[in-house]
Amino acid sequence: MIRKFNLIILIILLSISKANSLIEIDITRGNLDPLPIAVSPLFQDDKSKKNSINELKIENIGSQISSVVENNLKTSGLFNPLSNEAFLQKPDIAHLKPRFEDWALIKAQALITGKVIIENKKLKVEFRLWDILAGREMMALAFTTVPSNWRRVGHIISDKVYERLTGEKGYFDTRIIYVSEEGPKIERVKKLAIMDQDGFNTKYLTLGNELVLTPRFNPTSQMVTYLSYFKNLPRVYLLDIETGTQEVVGDFPGMTFAPRFSPDGKKIIMSFAKDGNSDIYTMDLENRIVQRITNHPSIDTSPSYSPDSKYITFNSDRSGYQQIYVMRSDGSNVKRISFGNGLYGTPVWSPRGDLIAFTKLHRGKFYIGVMRTDGSGERLLTENYYQEAPSWSPNGRVLIFYRETKSNDKGEGFTAKLWSIDLTGYNERLVQTETDASDPSWSSLLSN
Amino acid sequence: MNFSKSFRNTFLVILLSLIISACATKKTTTKIDGQMQSDVYTGTDTVKYLAEGVPDRVFFATNESILTTASRDTLRKQANWLRENSSINVVVEGHADERGTREYNLALGERRANAAKDYLITYGISADRISVISYGKERPVDSGSNPLSWSKNRRSVTVKAN
Repeated sequence: MIRKFNLIILIILLSISKANSLIEIDITRGNLDPLPIAVSPLFQDDKSKKNSINELKIENIGSQISSVVENNLKTSGLFNPLSNEAFLQKPDIAHLKPRFEDWALIKAQALITGKVIIENKKLKVEFRLWDILAGREMMALAFTTVPSNWRRVGHIISDKVYERLTGEKGYFDTRIIYVSEEGPKIERVKKLAIMDQDGFNTKYLTLGNELVLTPRFNPTSQMVTYLSYFKNLPRVYLLDIETGTQEVVGDFPGMTFAPRFSPDGKKIIMSFAKDGNSDIYTMDLENRIVQRITNHPSIDTSPSYSPDSKYITFNSDRSGYQQIYVMRSDGSNVKRISFGNGLYGTPVWSPRGDLIAFTKLHRGKFYIGVMRTDGSGERLLTENYYQEAPSWSPNGRVLIFYRETKSNDKGEGFTAKLWSIDLTGYNERLVQTETDASDPSWSSLLSN
Repeated sequence: MNFSKSFRNTFLVILLSLIISACATKKTTTKIDGQMQSDVYTGTDTVKYLAEGVPDRVFFATNESILTTASRDTLRKQANWLRENSSINVVVEGHADERGTREYNLALGERRANAAKDYLITYGISADRISVISYGKERPVDSGSNPLSWSKNRRSVTVKAN
């Protein structure tokens, strides 16, 4: 039922005369044979280690950054970071000039080396990416930041390596906003939470006094839109993560919900329920002008813009059951695109523009899948008891969603967790969170 | 001959419809299962009372917001009670079960609450005495993951607002 592609890793060795791109990874296919890569711990001298303890209470920040990189590359499913114990060459010497034979001996095809210095309350990092088989440097970069930013340094290195070897932007220097869940099912306490993409640096943005749902990142800034039941009035809110300021979006005389930003971040698109009927509206965040997009006695919800803002995909039961539709962004030209068996919900347009991810319910099972924007080429990536609400990584290669487990008659055994899966249907992974979690939304790359 | 043919056809139609209705009845009977009819909860486990003999909630079939005969009966009792207690305002809460996507369920809860509200209005209760709120699947009363639990959670509940 779940179609999977053959897994091939393509390592293209170009002739020596061509200077560029000796190793290359094809990420459009699933990958059962990840690229063996050695991440040599970033070198740090003794003086800098002392500063490192003073600043961060961590002695060997170089190794710590390297493990951030290793973990990122490993969870991408495209790389196989080799065990440090097998490394023959010392980090400082390898960084100057690797002995390629030594690294080839342990079957590494790529090598990351580097050096960190902490002085004058600054963290300076340089790293190099080496092609072992060709025996040459592929990339060298250096940057300076504040020491507390050290995990981000690891994410930025991971993104650079990913981009150099796959030809596409990475997604490691990103964050996930989600709903943290605690307590029994019938009185669940929900809070907005944000964390780095790898599960670190969790922060809670609300206290749990009111129900909060469906946070979504602005693709262009550190703003978030979400649904809050503040004062028992379910309304769409806007939250600035940096300043903590919140405001209600618009002045609607009823429930607003299912918000998302437009690709330029200047509008919010959402549902507004009036007299039991939900239609789709937008509000311009600059001039506060509200526009009605759909006008139909059925439920219209879960809207999501195409990356060029010309189209909107949404969920409607106008055919009698939940299905996925696409229309022009002015509301004209509504077309149903889901025609398979079962119910379809939560359509979300890929940042690459070519696909729509969705949730499907069929014969008591829930699926996360993708289809082309005309509804053709439906592919189901994962099947489970309950899962929904996919959100795309900024490069459109990975989906994050949440999954719930079945409880027994007493309500025991219920959990809600975040999971991620590659567009290929491979590399399904539990995403670590401190509490139970749902409604994940992936940010854009924080650095470019 | 024409007559007898048409008679025979009529007879066949009657016979067929008898068989069909027998099947339908049988189907419903097997599905009653004590506390559910078709897909709708008919028990009283979770029901509270606004006053003696005035149940606070009505139940719905999966993905539906249509009021059943029993629901209409309950809502008429609520309308009578509201008429007798004209100082009381109510909130109608709409709820869905856990087997649907969160956003659609919010809309579905809204639709269910409004179906109940509209019925109260047709029985003479002023619209400004009734507000609605949808909780989607966020506030189940039964935390089990089985058809009976889900049927108890597909509901609208009329709650005193003052």
